[in-house]
Amino acid sequence: MNNEEVLHEQPLVVHDLGHSAHEHHHKQSFITKYIFSQDHKMVSKQFLITGIIWAVIGGLFSVIFRLQLGYPDQTFPFLEDILGRWAKGGRLDTEFYYALVTMHGTILVFFVLTAGLSGTFANFLIPLQIGARDMAAPFLNMLSYWFFFAASVLMFSSLFLQTGPASGGWTIYPPLSALRDAMDGSKTGMDMWLASMALFIVSQLLAGLNYITTVLNLRTKGMYMTRMPLTIWGLFFTAVLGVLSFPVLLSAVILLLFDRHLGTSFYLSDIVIQGKILPNEGGSPILFQHLFWFLGHPEVYIIALPAMGIASEVISTNSRKPIFGYMAMVGSFFAIAILSFMVWAHHMFVTGMNPFLGSFFVLLTLLIAVPSAIKVFNWLTTLWKGNIHFTPAMLFAIGFVSLFISGGLTGIWLGNSTLDLHLHDTYFVIAHFHLVMGVASMFGMFAGIYHWFPKMFGRLMNNTLAYIHFWVTIVGAYLIFWPMHYEGLAGMPRRYYDYSNWESFKMFGGLNEFISVVAAIVFFTQFLFIFNFFYSIFKGRKLTEKNKNPWKSNTLEWTTPIHPGHGNWVGEIPEVHRWPYDYGKDGRDFIPQTEPIGADESSHAGQ
Amino acid sequence: METALAQTKTKMWTGGKSPFNVSYGKLMMWYFLMSDSFTFGAFLISYGSIRFSLNHWVDHNYVFNKFPFTEANLPLAFVSLMTFILIFSSVTMVLAVHQGHKMSQKGVEKWLILTILGGLAFLGCQAWEWTHLITHQHDVLVDGVLQHWGTTVSHNPWGPEVMFNGQLVATPGPVAFGGYFFGITGFHGFHVFTGVVINSIMLVKTKLGTFQKRGHYEMIEKAGLYWHFVDLVWVFVFLCFYLI
Repeated sequence: MNNEEVLHEQPLVVHDLGHSAHEHHHKQSFITKYIFSQDHKMVSKQFLITGIIWAVIGGLFSVIFRLQLGYPDQTFPFLEDILGRWAKGGRLDTEFYYALVTMHGTILVFFVLTAGLSGTFANFLIPLQIGARDMAAPFLNMLSYWFFFAASVLMFSSLFLQTGPASGGWTIYPPLSALRDAMDGSKTGMDMWLASMALFIVSQLLAGLNYITTVLNLRTKGMYMTRMPLTIWGLFFTAVLGVLSFPVLLSAVILLLFDRHLGTSFYLSDIVIQGKILPNEGGSPILFQHLFWFLGHPEVYIIALPAMGIASEVISTNSRKPIFGYMAMVGSFFAIAILSFMVWAHHMFVTGMNPFLGSFFVLLTLLIAVPSAIKVFNWLTTLWKGNIHFTPAMLFAIGFVSLFISGGLTGIWLGNSTLDLHLHDTYFVIAHFHLVMGVASMFGMFAGIYHWFPKMFGRLMNNTLAYIHFWVTIVGAYLIFWPMHYEGLAGMPRRYYDYSNWESFKMFGGLNEFISVVAAIVFFTQFLFIFNFFYSIFKGRKLTEKNKNPWKSNTLEWTTPIHPGHGNWVGEIPEVHRWPYDYGKDGRDFIPQTEPIGADESSHAGQ
Repeated sequence: METALAQTKTKMWTGGKSPFNVSYGKLMMWYFLMSDSFTFGAFLISYGSIRFSLNHWVDHNYVFNKFPFTEANLPLAFVSLMTFILIFSSVTMVLAVHQGHKMSQKGVEKWLILTILGGLAFLGCQAWEWTHLITHQHDVLVDGVLQHWGTTVSHNPWGPEVMFNGQLVATPGPVAFGGYFFGITGFHGFHVFTGVVINSIMLVKTKLGTFQKRGHYEMIEKAGLYWHFVDLVWVFVFLCFYLI
C-alpha cells in the first residue's frame, strides 16, 4: 500500500464522519451526547463547568482563611456549623487553616487555571479555529476529561477525610509531606493528593498530545501556521510545555510515594520525628524542589499562555485593528516557552544554592522580561488609535493586560536573588503571583468565556451583569493584592495563621481586615457571573442568522452554523486565504479568513 | 519581509495535510515518547545527583555477579543476557513491522509472538534478578555486630569493607542504591510489561484480521515505536546502573 493512504486515512475518516453526522442526523443518546461525548465542543463545556465548580470551592476556601487572617481575635460560630470540628467554637483549627491554604492553591493552579482554562479553550477553539472536524483523537480527548474528572473526585473526597486533606502547601515539599507522623495533613490526605495528581497528569498528557497533533496535522487548506489566530499559538505552546513538564512532576510524585510507603530515602535524610530517629539516610529534600519546580515554573506559563492568546484575539477583534506585530507575538510565545524551562531554580534561591549558579538563573529569569514586554507593548499598540468596542470580553482582556503589567513588574524584583533573600516567602510573593498568573489568567478566562459564549451556546450573555462583574472584580483585585506588596516589603511571611502576636506585623491588622472584606465582596460578586452564565445558557438572547458573528470576527469558528453539530461545518471545510487580523483594511471593517484576496487589495501583513 | 517569508515557506505547512508526512497517530506516539523520556530523564538525573553527592557507591562487579543454576562468579553476565534478549526482541519487532508493510498477516503474527516472548523472557530475568538481590543475604557489620542483609530499598550490604575478627567484612552502604535501582528498573520493567500487553493486543487484532481489512498495519508500527523506545531506555538504565 502506498504511503499517502496511511497518511490520509485517519484525517479523511474524521472529515467524512463530519459529513454524514450532519446530513443524516444520526440519533445520539443522552449519554453519548452529554456525558461520554467525543465532540470537542461538549468536552470543552465539561471542562468549563467542572472548572467553574472548582473555582467556587477554591475561592470559598480563600474567603474562609481570609476570615481568620482579617479577624484573628474574633470567632465566627457559623463556621462551626459548616465545618464542624475543623472550626471549634467558630475559630479555624490551625491544621485546617493549612489544609485550606493548600487546597486553595492546588485547586486554583491545577484544576481551574490549567484544566479549566486550557482544557476549555484548547478543546473548543483548536478544531474550530484551524478548520478541523474534531480533535485528532476524539476518544483520547474524551478520556482526558474523564481522567480529570477522576482526579477531581479523588481530590474532592480527600476534603472529607477524618485527618483532613493534604496540608503541606500546594508545593508539597518533603520531608513534611513525606512523613505520615509529621502532621494530620500528611496522612491519607497526602496520598489522595498524590494519586489525584497522577491522574491529573495522565489527563494533561492525553489532552496535550491531542492539541499538538491536531494543530500540526489537521489545519484546513490554506491555514498556514502563520495564519493561525494567536489563541491557537498560545494553546499550542501551552500543550508543548505540558507534555514536557508534567512527566517530571510524575517522577517527583512517584518518588515521593515510594518514600511514603516503601521505606526508600529519595528525599529523606537525618530526621528525628517525635523523639524517634528515622533510618532514612542520604536523600535530598532539595532534589524534590528541583523536580517540582522543573514542572512548577513552566506550569506558570501553562496558565498564562492561553490567557495571552485569548487577550490577543479579543483585543484585536474589539479594537477593529490588526494585531500589532503578529510574528513578534509568535516569536515571544516561543521564547517564553523555551526560557520557562531554564529558570526553575529562581524559586529556590534561599535553599542554600550556590550563589554562582544562582546568578545564571537570575540572568535567565530576567531575560523572560524581554518577550513579556514585547507582548505587552504589542497589546498596547494594538489598542492605540483603535476603534475600541468595550464589550465585556474586551474589558476583561484589557484588565488582563493591566494585571499582567502590574504583576509582571514585581517579577523583576523577585527574579534578582539579592532582593529575593528579603522578599522570599513573604506577602510580596503572594501579591506578585496572584496578580500576574492568578487573577490575570482568570481575567483571560473571563474574556474567553464572554467572547465565545455565543459560539458555545448560541445565545448572548447579559452585558449589564458582565460590566458590574468586571468593575467590581478588577477594582477588588487591586485592592486585595496591592496592599500585600507593602506587607511583604515589611517582611510579613506567608502561611502564618495569626499575625497579631508579632510586634513587627501587628500594624497590618487593619490592612488585613480590609483585604479580607474586599476578598469576600469579590468572591460573592462572582456569583453574578455564574448566574449570568447559567441563566444565559437557557434564557439568553438568541443569536440570529443575521447576527451569528456578534463581534464581527474574522476567524473560522464564526463561519459554522449557530449550533454546529459534531463535525462543525456542513459540507466542505472552508478554505483559508488570509491571516485572521484583517480589521479596518481598505475601508472595510473586517474581512473573514475565508475570503480570497482581491485583485486590487492593498498588500498586507501576515501573509 | 512577509512576502519573503511566504516564498521560503515549504509546501508542507500550507494546511490541509500533515507537515511531517506522518499520520496523527504516529505523531502522537512520538510526542508521547518525548514526554516519557522526560520522566525517565528526571529519574536518572535524580539518581546521578544523589549518587555523585556520596563518597561511596556499590561495586557493580560484586553486586551483579550471579547467574541462575551456578555459583560461579560471573560479573555482569546475567544482565548482558537480559540486554541481549531485549535488543533481540527489538529486531523481531522490526521484522514484524516489515511483514506489516508487505501485508503479510502470517509474518506479522510470527514475529509479534517472538517479540512478546522476548519481552516476557526479559521480565522473567528481571524477576529472578530482583529476587536474588532481595533474598540473598550478605554479612554486614552494624554497630560492631555481624548481621545478614539482603539488598532492599532500606538496606544496602555493599558498603566499604573493614577488618573484623581477622577477615574483611562489608559495612552498610548508601540506601539510595536500593531505592534508585529498584525504582528505576521497576519503572522500566513496568514499561516492558505495558509493551507486552500492547503487543498482545496487536497480536489478537492481527489474528482477527482487523489490520488486513483496514488495508495497512500502521498500528504495529506505533506499537513498534513504543517497543524500541523501551529498549532504548534500557540501554541508558543499563549504562547508569551496571556499567558506570
